[in-house]
Amino acid sequence: MLRRAIENLGSRTIDGVWRIGFAARFFVAVLLHSGTAFRRFGLTIREMYFSGVLSLIIILVSGLFVGMVLGLQGYETLQTYGSEEALGILVALSLVRELGPVVAALLFASRAGSAITAEIGLMKATEQLTAMEMMAVNPIARVIAPRFWAGVISMPFLAALFSAMGIFGGYLVGVQLIGVDEGAFWSQMQSAVDFEEDILNGIIKSVVFGVAITAIALFEGYDAPPTAEGVSGATTRTVVTSSLAVLALDFVLTAFMFRGV
Amino acid sequence: MTASNNDRFDSVQDDALVEIRDVVFGYGARPVLQGINLTARRGQVVAIMGSSGCGKTTLLRLIGGQVRATQGTVRVAGESLGELDAEGLYRLRRRMGMLFQFGALFTDITVFDNVAYPLREHTDLAEETIRDLVLMKLNAVGLTGAADLMPSALSGGMARRVALARAIALDPMLVMYDEPFAGLDPISLGVTGNLIRRLTDTLGLTSLVVTHDVQESLKIVDYVYFVSAGVIVAEGTAAEILASDLPYVHQFVHGEADGPVPFHYQAPAYAEDLGLRSSRA
Repeated sequence: MLRRAIENLGSRTIDGVWRIGFAARFFVAVLLHSGTAFRRFGLTIREMYFSGVLSLIIILVSGLFVGMVLGLQGYETLQTYGSEEALGILVALSLVRELGPVVAALLFASRAGSAITAEIGLMKATEQLTAMEMMAVNPIARVIAPRFWAGVISMPFLAALFSAMGIFGGYLVGVQLIGVDEGAFWSQMQSAVDFEEDILNGIIKSVVFGVAITAIALFEGYDAPPTAEGVSGATTRTVVTSSLAVLALDFVLTAFMFRGV
Repeated sequence: MTASNNDRFDSVQDDALVEIRDVVFGYGARPVLQGINLTARRGQVVAIMGSSGCGKTTLLRLIGGQVRATQGTVRVAGESLGELDAEGLYRLRRRMGMLFQFGALFTDITVFDNVAYPLREHTDLAEETIRDLVLMKLNAVGLTGAADLMPSALSGGMARRVALARAIALDPMLVMYDEPFAGLDPISLGVTGNLIRRLTDTLGLTSLVVTHDVQESLKIVDYVYFVSAGVIVAEGTAAEILASDLPYVHQFVHGEADGPVPFHYQAPAYAEDLGLRSSRA
């Protein structure tokens, strides 16, 4: 009984380490074969359409609502201290520093990440990747790398649009609905938000999240067992793993970027 | 028949396009192929037959260089696959075509783009030339009318013919077919068989057909290898195979339920399972 438990633990550990090693080799191979993604940029643009442009609706609508909620909640709290004019700062900083990159990344993981995993997994299950290889076309260079770079490039734009929509939502609720002074809302925001400290760090975060989500999604698809349950399991794992990775990475990045501020 | 070899077809030794010598291969600890010898001469249609799971598809994967032999040599056009690096392998694969069991067409692009795919990837031809070539290949499989369809709109037999057009797009020297007859209606079956024979003859290809469809393939092949449990148990021309009195070949060719390949999967005695007889006895 005990022996079996230990054997089980051992084999799971070996499998886990093997998978991490395989994932690392996969990631290196993607980077090494990235030339095609840039030489034939059309391939990457096509994927940017699928993972970026088609994610716009969910990103923009969510951004708007998150901003509107921030406007409501922020006003409630700030007015207790008589500083409701600072609503612009609160909305902008929360979005640009945290909510923009993180929520956009979580949405991206579930909208585009899952789609990437399912697509690659099905391509593998229907032997399309093998067929490509037999045609002397490297699937890592032709299929994986363009999707990777498309995700990495799209993510900061999506996060920026999320934040912009959110700020607009905060403005709608705070200024137009509740009646916070419009001049104060914008000018305080303008003076308090620092480009390097806030916006650039937000962009860096979203690039890192883009790398993490797309790499996880592609790997899960590439590694998925070629069966229906294999692909569905991989899709679920993509959403869970990449969401957790985004949250954990966010903590680490925030700790480095904003300590002592 | 057992002593004979495909070598006798031609006295010129160099005529062999695919040569497999003493190949041993296994997935992990599970042996799949144990000492295989096989030759496919230029211009021949060679069938590899055997029941499901006997290692036929693995043989194709070895010839395509997707897996490497544990022992022995696999030579294609004189090049030993075990010694090729990734670049050499890709160079060789450009001269091979492979037809997968279910076609493996790219589902996100049209039939036309599927056939054009290898041309666009490997040549700098102008789009008009590519168009002419693609229509030529589609015409060879009788599907010019389907050029603008998406693969999801095709029947199984049509999808396989499109995949065949794609496989011959770069005018390969060798085309490998993985179960080209599986799951086809009688008409498509005949069409596919004839296509394999006709393309081999007119384009000067060599064809390797992995199949378990005896009746259809014996009509078109020049030479047959029978694989069972990872070894070649018989070989010969279609006529020799049909006349064979080897128990395994006889069972296979005539589709008999019981014989050297038993009907029952390995199991304890049925009576024991039913509890009719004590297992202690």
